Amino acid sequence: MRKTTIYCLVLLGLLATPVAAVAQDGIDTGDNAWILTSSALVLMMTGPGLALFYGGLVRKKNILATMMQSFIMMALMTVLWAIYGYSLAFAEGSGPLGTFVGGFGHVFLNGVGMEPNGSIPHLTFMVFQLMFAIITPALITGAFAERMKFSSLLLFMALWGTVVYFPMVHMVWGGGFMSPDGALPCLDFAGGTVVHISSGVSALVMALYLGKRIGFPSEVMRPQNLTFSFVGACLLWVGWFGFNSGSALAADGLAAVAFVNTQFGAAAAVLGWLLIEWIRDGKPSMLGGVTGAVAGLVAVTPASGFVGPMDSLVIGFVAGIVCYLSIAVVKAKFGYDDSLDAFGVHGVGGTVGALLTGVFARVAIGGTGGLVEGNPMQFVNNTGGALLTWVFAAVATFVILKIVDAMMGLRVSEADEIEGLDISQHGEEA
Amino acid sequence: MKKIEAVIQPFKLDDVREALKGIGIDGMTIYDVRGHGRQKGHKEVYRGQEYEVDLLPKVKIEAIVSSDRVDETVNTIVESARTGKIGDGKVFISDIAEAVRIRNSEHDDEAL
Repeated sequence: MRKTTIYCLVLLGLLATPVAAVAQDGIDTGDNAWILTSSALVLMMTGPGLALFYGGLVRKKNILATMMQSFIMMALMTVLWAIYGYSLAFAEGSGPLGTFVGGFGHVFLNGVGMEPNGSIPHLTFMVFQLMFAIITPALITGAFAERMKFSSLLLFMALWGTVVYFPMVHMVWGGGFMSPDGALPCLDFAGGTVVHISSGVSALVMALYLGKRIGFPSEVMRPQNLTFSFVGACLLWVGWFGFNSGSALAADGLAAVAFVNTQFGAAAAVLGWLLIEWIRDGKPSMLGGVTGAVAGLVAVTPASGFVGPMDSLVIGFVAGIVCYLSIAVVKAKFGYDDSLDAFGVHGVGGTVGALLTGVFARVAIGGTGGLVEGNPMQFVNNTGGALLTWVFAAVATFVILKIVDAMMGLRVSEADEIEGLDISQHGEEA
Repeated sequence: MKKIEAVIQPFKLDDVREALKGIGIDGMTIYDVRGHGRQKGHKEVYRGQEYEVDLLPKVKIEAIVSSDRVDETVNTIVESARTGKIGDGKVFISDIAEAVRIRNSEHDDEAL
């Protein structure tokens, strides 16, 4: 008798669960679970993913400082995001300025709680977006590795987040003029423009402004430990499923498309990079393979929720080749010291992705067609959005650099640079 | 007493140690070093950026032996470290004035 009662209770429980899942104030527990998981995956891209990827590429005397430059964003951007960053990105803006930057409606996370935003709690949406605000500035650090003061880095990144990143998010995803119903509707599913072009172009400006490392390019500055870089790149790859597929903001069919596109773009880019590297340099390298993967992941990011899986193969393959050429040929020709190729991978890969999203977008996937479906306007819009982002990021970064430079300088002293940033900035050794 | 310094290919270290053990020489100091003689370095390419790496990893063996064992020791090292290819390394021999064992203050040959 008691057994029967228990069975009945269990059965009731089973029946009740799915009802509760959808009926809880409009929150879908499946969606919420996936976006929270994705948030954790995206955080993992910065630490340890990017920290290892970059850390392995520098010389031994700078590995801790390089890892720290990524890691500190997990703290700095989180606090800024909590206080006013989320608000500037996603709160409704006022007047004509509202198309560029959000308002103060969500300052101190005012009005951001457990209530639904779409099918997930508003807090879930907020924390998912936070992880993007962490990795974007961390990506830039590759451009000025091995020579920037930690104190200047903190001030620069706080200003960069405030002036460049938060407004960029608002313009493209927060209802600004590059949003779907804005004046220049750009397709950017998970951050090709917002994350990769903005960080990559800013990285180039920083590499040019700060100047070369002492000894570049005559001195041999080979990576100290490519094993770290391999592990870091593979963690980035896995984390990118959260980045792209999570950007569906639901655990639905679109999330599956973005997931598959992520995998396909990365895979094709590995082959593209290795092919051209093998032809030009004589050997297919491990570093080339994993760098190609990251380039492909970058390029497929804006496209992942708008194109089909076969399109992703093309986007990835093209990105692998173009990013290789930008680093091995263009960088060598101009001689700027983008130490870890933040521009070559993210700026160039992001631009390739933004343009090709305008080419390959499919109505059947994301509701908008691109050039291949007879809608050249989308290609024009995406090109315009990429161009505007280039100009905005470059100008704003230059101005911020001027300010920080005047206040406290940007580079470590020559002696500190030669000694290494681990000792001179942090007082420790790996 | 003589000091024998042999710079050899790292992968030959075990062979040389075995051979020296075979003739009763088992005290030595081993260093990981980098260098080159006539052997040219190799090319490394990172993201299309080419580096000539001309300092190659080598192992240096340092052993002090009594003067009457020098020829035997050097021959043993040369035989066991040789591959016949460029880059096999070199052996240098020099005089040692004095030796002292720290534990019990034994001197010279007795200290070896």
